[in-house]
Amino acid sequence: MKPLHFTVNGKAVVTRVAPRTHLADLLREELRLTGTNLGCEHGVCGACTLEVDGAPARSCLTLAITCEGAKVRTIEGFDDDPVMAALREAFSEHHALQCGYCTPGMLVTARDIVIRLPQADEARIREELAGNLCRCTGYVGIVRAIASVIAARNSAAGGR
Amino acid sequence: MKAPAFGYERAHSVEEALLFYASGDEDAKYLAGGQSLGPLLNLRLARPSMLIDVRSIDELRECTQTPDGLVIGAGVTHAAIEDGAVPGPVGAFLAVIAHGIAYRAVRNRGTLGGSLAHADPAADWVSTMALLDAQLDVRGVTGERQVPAESLVEGPLATKLAPDELVVSVRLPGWSAAARFSYYKFNRKPGEFADAIAGFAYDPERGVCRAVIGATDGAPAVIADALELLAAAEASEAAVTAAGFEPGSFEHHVHAVALRRARDRLIAR
Ligand SMILES: Cc1cc2nc3c(=O)[nH]c(=O)nc-3n(C[C@H](O)[C@H](O)[C@H](O)COP(=O)(O)OP(=O)(O)OC[C@H]3O[C@@H](n4cnc5c(N)ncnc54)[C@H](O)[C@@H]3O)c2cc1C
Ligand code: FES
Ligand code: FES
Repeated sequence: MKPLHFTVNGKAVVTRVAPRTHLADLLREELRLTGTNLGCEHGVCGACTLEVDGAPARSCLTLAITCEGAKVRTIEGFDDDPVMAALREAFSEHHALQCGYCTPGMLVTARDIVIRLPQADEARIREELAGNLCRCTGYVGIVRAIASVIAARNSAAGGR
Repeated sequence: MKAPAFGYERAHSVEEALLFYASGDEDAKYLAGGQSLGPLLNLRLARPSMLIDVRSIDELRECTQTPDGLVIGAGVTHAAIEDGAVPGPVGAFLAVIAHGIAYRAVRNRGTLGGSLAHADPAADWVSTMALLDAQLDVRGVTGERQVPAESLVEGPLATKLAPDELVVSVRLPGWSAAARFSYYKFNRKPGEFADAIAGFAYDPERGVCRAVIGATDGAPAVIADALELLAAAEASEAAVTAAGFEPGSFEHHVHAVALRRARDRLIAR
């Protein structure tokens, strides 16, 4: 076990961790933040996607020990975030989730798309979502939800 | 599955990383973005005794234009390249290729050097760096050397690098402002590894015209004098046969189509 100091959802965490433990297991099993889901554990499904230092990352391919000094934000850490609030609303309105297993990773990826690619059209949204698999929705609602948030932000910016 | 147990050290300089390697055993491995090593560990296909984390080595993240070309640090991520970390026309070409690698969450951590050292024959940088005639600056416990990208890969996940050798940077020759590049990656879903890769790099000012056929069984096939191939699309089939693909096979077909499309893209530039 090795010492680890990092920040999770704004709170300082000091713990000890085995080098082989990936970030998702540490969050779920020790910190009891079970919003981050695990699907494939080899980077393909996107269910475990969260933010490390402000950028989306696969928590199944991120060893916890490599997060020394990092700022980690899980789906539980976006309660006060206006973009995430808009996305939550839009996901609900457009039926962008069913079982919800993919949703935490989907929302983190969606937020990255909205902020990084304000010009993204449907084709680009679909391309950017290629790394997040949903077994339930067929993606139509997810794409619509993200597009609606982008459109609302652009018209708000244009109207200012 | 879960990864097997291993030790862990974080290096802050190339010297420190090499020192960790020298003081450990030969089953130690360098860890960069973990985007290839992570899956191998979780599947228990890799069982290193220790990981030497090179993500905190600043030197590996530098990217500089030199009089002779470009030097890109091995630790530069795919996402940084996608976002324009590499200057000039070559940088613009690399940005497009980076965008086609995996998904943004993977690109945020995966690195150029890790991709080359991992040596998946279908990896995008393996073919691209061979196409652009890049050299790898490599440092090991007993010294440093350069390895041409073109002859780096010896087979699937096998390279000319010794286990202690750390890729420090990738050195690209100076392509002139008149140079044009094209790349075609055939895959069924965005972000997947390629079924076929082809690319052209044509610099009329320097009189260089190279082509690459990638996603082979091993090293990418580089055609160092590709002017004839550029002149005649019909030459594509023979080039793919010469690269070791069996005429009439599915693999031969997709590689030939990729090569023709890369050629079309270069001509359209
Ligand atoms: C879902 C998914 C899809 C992907 N799709 C693609 C794709 O379409 N195209 C593509 O090209 N790649 C793809 N990849 C692989 C990705 O590009 C990886 O980021 C890359 O191959 C490895 O880089 P890394 O920095 O993560 O290396 P790591 O995983 O940390 O290391 C990989 C190997 O390289 C060694 N190593 C790392 N850095 C160095 C160094 N500086 N010197 C010497 N040895 C080193 C390690 O010891 C290890 O053996 C995909 C990965 C995933 C998970
Ligand atoms: S669990 Fe991490 S990508 Fe599937
Ligand atoms: S809502 Fe069930 S997997 Fe996406």
